[in-house]
Amino acid sequence: MLLPFFQWCETVWLGRVVVESLWLFPVIEAVHLLALSVLGGAVLIVDLRMLGAGLTHRSVPEIARSARPYLIGALAGMIVTGVPLFLSEPTKCYYSNAFWVKMTTLAIALLFTFTIRATAIVVDSPEPPVRNTARLRLIGALSIALWVTVAAAGRWIGFS
Amino acid sequence: MSLLAFCEWLAATEGSTALRESLMMYPLVESTHVLFLLLFVGMTVIWDLRLLGLAMKEVSITEMAARVLPWVRAGFVVMITTGILLVYAIPVRTYQSVWFRAKMIFLILAFINIWYFHARVLPHVAAWDRDVRLPKAARRAGLASIVLWALIIVAGRFIAYNWFDCDIQPQPAFVNWFAGCVVPPVQ
Repeated sequence: MLLPFFQWCETVWLGRVVVESLWLFPVIEAVHLLALSVLGGAVLIVDLRMLGAGLTHRSVPEIARSARPYLIGALAGMIVTGVPLFLSEPTKCYYSNAFWVKMTTLAIALLFTFTIRATAIVVDSPEPPVRNTARLRLIGALSIALWVTVAAAGRWIGFS
Repeated sequence: MSLLAFCEWLAATEGSTALRESLMMYPLVESTHVLFLLLFVGMTVIWDLRLLGLAMKEVSITEMAARVLPWVRAGFVVMITTGILLVYAIPVRTYQSVWFRAKMIFLILAFINIWYFHARVLPHVAAWDRDVRLPKAARRAGLASIVLWALIIVAGRFIAYNWFDCDIQPQPAFVNWFAGCVVPPVQ
């Protein structure tokens, strides 16, 4: 059902430019990895804190507030570079299991980050040195699991 | 024995051949190397942003060093382990890759930067531990770190591409020199 849409994506100008260039795909891919690294820092510094590691002398909301602009910036960078990468090979992506795993977990990870996780950070976080609730620790662990799955599935698109 | 001869010997060993030809192990090691960017470079960036006064502004430098740097070190252990395995699997081509050589140069510069910061800048931390805007030497170390790790990631990613491989000739003289290609003289 979605195949015609993916085939139409093959004709989009931006994707054609990437395919016809020797350098564009690798360069955009490298920037995608740079944004991934920033995303890793912005997510993990908060998730580790939720798990009771890292900057434990600070409250979770304080760390999350400081990391937030980099989380948003990194996500924007991932999407801006990810779209042309996708447009350069949409039909290959359509037939790639890794691509669908990535897109599904990405949707879940984004929803989770900006609803459940964002709310828990504000509502559930005790002031240090009070131990985090089990719920907050679980949310930190789930966030790590989700983003690692997105990144791993993303890498796996290249192997298929 | 030259380094090239060593790489050729290494490539012929049983372990190197097995890893290179394995359907799952090589991609797994390679993916682990990429995934630990999240932890290693991620935590490094957070630390550098603090040095630049752009994030975690209320956290003192000593607290950052005590609570964040252990994660950077743990990430690096995985990076260097998987990285060595990747070179072990494909020694000759990697050794003669301009991107790998550029990456190693940036890596050495990154470590000089780390050494300089810890040996010459950090010992004076008591004077500016809680400052948001740190002395110039500390800010410079943070910026150099971000730039160098970015270059290391880009050069590392480009190793996968064969634009400048020795077996694709002719190449510009600089490429052949920098990659250490053994090119028969043109008649």
